[in-house]
Amino acid sequence: MNPWIRLIIYLVAAPFVGGVLAGWDRRISARMQSRQGPPIFQPFYDVLKLCQKENVVVRRSQNYYIFFFLLLAIFTGGLFFGGADLLLVIFALTLAAIFFVLGAYKASSPYSFIGAERELIQMMAYEPMILLTAIGMYMVTKSFAVGDIASHPTLLVLMLPGIFLGFLYTLEIKFRKSPFDLSCSHHAHQELVRGITTEFSGRTLAMIEIAHWYENVFLLGWVYLFFASMPVLGVAVSLLVFVFIILVDNVFARLKWQTALKSAWLVALVFGFGNILVLSLLSAKPAIPAAPAASAVTQPAASGTVPAAAATPALNNAKVIARRN
Amino acid sequence: VILILTLILLPLAAGLVLLCLRPDLPRNILVSGVTLAVCCGTVFLATLPTPVDLSGLRLNPYWINLVMQFVEIGMSIFIIYVGARAKRPLIVALALAQAGLMVWFEVTQGEHLEVVQNLFVDKLSVIMALINGLVGGGICLYALGYMREYHQVAHRDVADRRPFFFALLFIFMGAMFGLIFANNLVWLFLFWEITTLCSFLLIGYTQTDEARRNALRALVMNLAGGLAFAVAIVWLHRQTGRIELQALIASKQSLVLLPAALLCFAGITKSAQLPFSSWLLGAMVAPTPVSALLHSSTMVKAGVYLVLRMAPAVTGTKVGMMVALVGAVTFVVGSLAAITSSEAKRVLAWSTVANLGLIVLCGGIGTYEAVWAGVLLIIFHAVAKCLLFLCVGVVEHKLHSRNIEDMSGLVVRMPRVAIMMQIGMAGMFLAPFGMLISKWAVLKAVVDAYPMLSVFIAFGSAATLFFWVKWMGKLVEVVGTCERIKKELVLGEAIALYGLSAATALACLLFPLISTYFIAPYVAEVYFQSAALPTGDIIGRGNTIIMIIMMAMVMLFPITFFNYGRGVRVTDAYLGGANLHSSTRFLGSASAVENVTMHNYYLRGILSEPWLSRWGVMGSTVLLAAMFLMAFL
Repeated sequence: MNPWIRLIIYLVAAPFVGGVLAGWDRRISARMQSRQGPPIFQPFYDVLKLCQKENVVVRRSQNYYIFFFLLLAIFTGGLFFGGADLLLVIFALTLAAIFFVLGAYKASSPYSFIGAERELIQMMAYEPMILLTAIGMYMVTKSFAVGDIASHPTLLVLMLPGIFLGFLYTLEIKFRKSPFDLSCSHHAHQELVRGITTEFSGRTLAMIEIAHWYENVFLLGWVYLFFASMPVLGVAVSLLVFVFIILVDNVFARLKWQTALKSAWLVALVFGFGNILVLSLLSAKPAIPAAPAASAVTQPAASGTVPAAAATPALNNAKVIARRN
Repeated sequence: VILILTLILLPLAAGLVLLCLRPDLPRNILVSGVTLAVCCGTVFLATLPTPVDLSGLRLNPYWINLVMQFVEIGMSIFIIYVGARAKRPLIVALALAQAGLMVWFEVTQGEHLEVVQNLFVDKLSVIMALINGLVGGGICLYALGYMREYHQVAHRDVADRRPFFFALLFIFMGAMFGLIFANNLVWLFLFWEITTLCSFLLIGYTQTDEARRNALRALVMNLAGGLAFAVAIVWLHRQTGRIELQALIASKQSLVLLPAALLCFAGITKSAQLPFSSWLLGAMVAPTPVSALLHSSTMVKAGVYLVLRMAPAVTGTKVGMMVALVGAVTFVVGSLAAITSSEAKRVLAWSTVANLGLIVLCGGIGTYEAVWAGVLLIIFHAVAKCLLFLCVGVVEHKLHSRNIEDMSGLVVRMPRVAIMMQIGMAGMFLAPFGMLISKWAVLKAVVDAYPMLSVFIAFGSAATLFFWVKWMGKLVEVVGTCERIKKELVLGEAIALYGLSAATALACLLFPLISTYFIAPYVAEVYFQSAALPTGDIIGRGNTIIMIIMMAMVMLFPITFFNYGRGVRVTDAYLGGANLHSSTRFLGSASAVENVTMHNYYLRGILSEPWLSRWGVMGSTVLLAAMFLMAFL
């Protein structure tokens, strides 16, 4: 499929898919807690209602940051589904999150401040694993481009089982679900009021919701990437992962931020780095020539200008100097 | 040709004149004039085709060498005297060893030294010259206003030795020009030692106990590097019979591995990599322009310059691997340590150490991608870091504190400085600005060469993100009402700060051009890879376009402020109790009035700076020992 078409489909369909997923989330969570739960389309009703509410702020400029958060969240997914460079996608994702955090700082309320700090800690927790995921994918497919990774014939998850597990762990953080709903929680047991979103209301809060929908679709798209060579399996696993995250959300209590940070880094180190280690040992033949190839690059400096290999170093150098001048 | 000599000699001469110029006015005129001349000179140099033809240069090597030896011996005597007075046998021993070695070398070998070319100017030199001229010049202008305020308002207790100060700044600058244009290693070594000495004197400028101690520490560490440099020269001469930088690079790797390793070691000491990072942290005691100079345009950049020059000589070897590892370890430790500090200058210092670690990592890997990324890092880091230091200096004078916690609400109190600070920070870590472009390239280079090292970058950059964003957050957060401070900047400061902000923004926007016209030709020249790199761009054209779109998007952010305060109702923050009058106080439990305070997280329960530096020093010392071992074998 043409990347541009994919991009447009993403831009149009992602909020819808994301909203429905959020609806499912609430429904499934409710059932897990023996409740009836709201209708599937409840998230849309919420957002529509938020848009009609008054926009109350603490600091006049706080909402602009959120607007850019939404913009960049959409941009991130757009890059991903448009098949751009995976590292670039990660950077855009980070940038979006930074705007969100800065908005909360700008609001200058203690609760949003703590939420922002914790969100930052969470970012610090998941960032290494996400980078390692991209690197792992590169090592298998030899390309950072999402398009190339998606069309790679091997089932990536077979080569990257550790990285897949680590990525699942970071997804828990990224979805802001228990046990990692440190910065803002959708459960009622929240000692930080509403954490990072405390001081946002009305249309701005709706923007945050929509940004999350876009983000969630993008993240599940990344899960799909692990199974891209078998599309049906990929979609199934992505949905399964989503249900799994909901299950974890309902089963676990919230962790302390210290534990969250340490465990996430440990997972990145053990599963992520371990996987990369094994990969580079397995593919020792293609990987190690990278070093000699690099050194070979410099050899022409000496041998290219002086054909006689037996030339003395001094002569060798003299000629190089002469040529350079 | 004349231009090159002028660039080296003019600041040196100006420095000597400034030494005996007491009144303010002539000094201001001279400093501004020389700075302007140097800036114009470097810009003109950048327009010349490289390598610059230096064949017209007829220098009488005999006299020059004589003068140089004279200066060298003079410096050694001075250092020995300093060491003896401070009762530091190590300094005396290092200086003696170094001077003895060089004198012996020149006396026994001086006659037979044949040097085809003493000076050499290629694209890398031009880039370094631009950084040194423009950024360094900016710092000198800034220092004019800053030092007046420093002595007349902020630090009345410190003896006013401004003639000495400005003289050193310019000598420093001149030595740096010499360092980047020198091809003869003996010349390079002389300039190298001048920068060491200047940094020692500048760090000790205030002459407090702490300043003296830190200055001596800087001296010891850099002398160790200098000794390694001297040994490298002698060894290189023994192996190949030549003492030229270009000859070293062009020689067979196995032949020059040890000198290259020694020079890398010298570069590592000068760029404050891990076992030696403490000198740069100690250098904070000096007035802000000195910190800015040491951190951005000179000194540490001399170190990474040398490491990057050595890149072709060590690439693919175990030595290169060890150098890369030292850089990688430094990057992680520096980034983590920066989290724990709330003092602005210390955070900046650790971040400098970390970023230089990345550049050293690039040099150690030494593939053409890595060197490309390394040069880009040097440029972005110099501009953005200088801007940040100078902003912190201004803030320190106005708020009488350089604690980040006290910078809360700066965006209201000193809007212009706060915005420029944010530009600098964005340039330091934020996609799609400067450093991130290079970090990206570094990541690609690392993954291609040694995938294992990528784990260091992954963790290090996560930590970087944390400490920058929380600082940025502190700047934008406004609690209660803040008074705007009048007269934020004086003229010299304003020129430097605006200029650097513009430079940061321009460097980010124009980086494809910088890459195409400067970095790519240099890399292609060194690695003969021109065919493989049509645009000379590691990142790729499509991605560059996406980057620029992203950048344009972020730069649109200020436009949203035209809508400032429209369509919203302003209310007090939620405090979990009844607010009293504003968002700063509330009625807590039992009707107690509580004040609101907010502090950033410093994660000191998890990370501790002494612990990090102790293990970092141990780890990197082992790595350096391994490096020498491998170079010998």
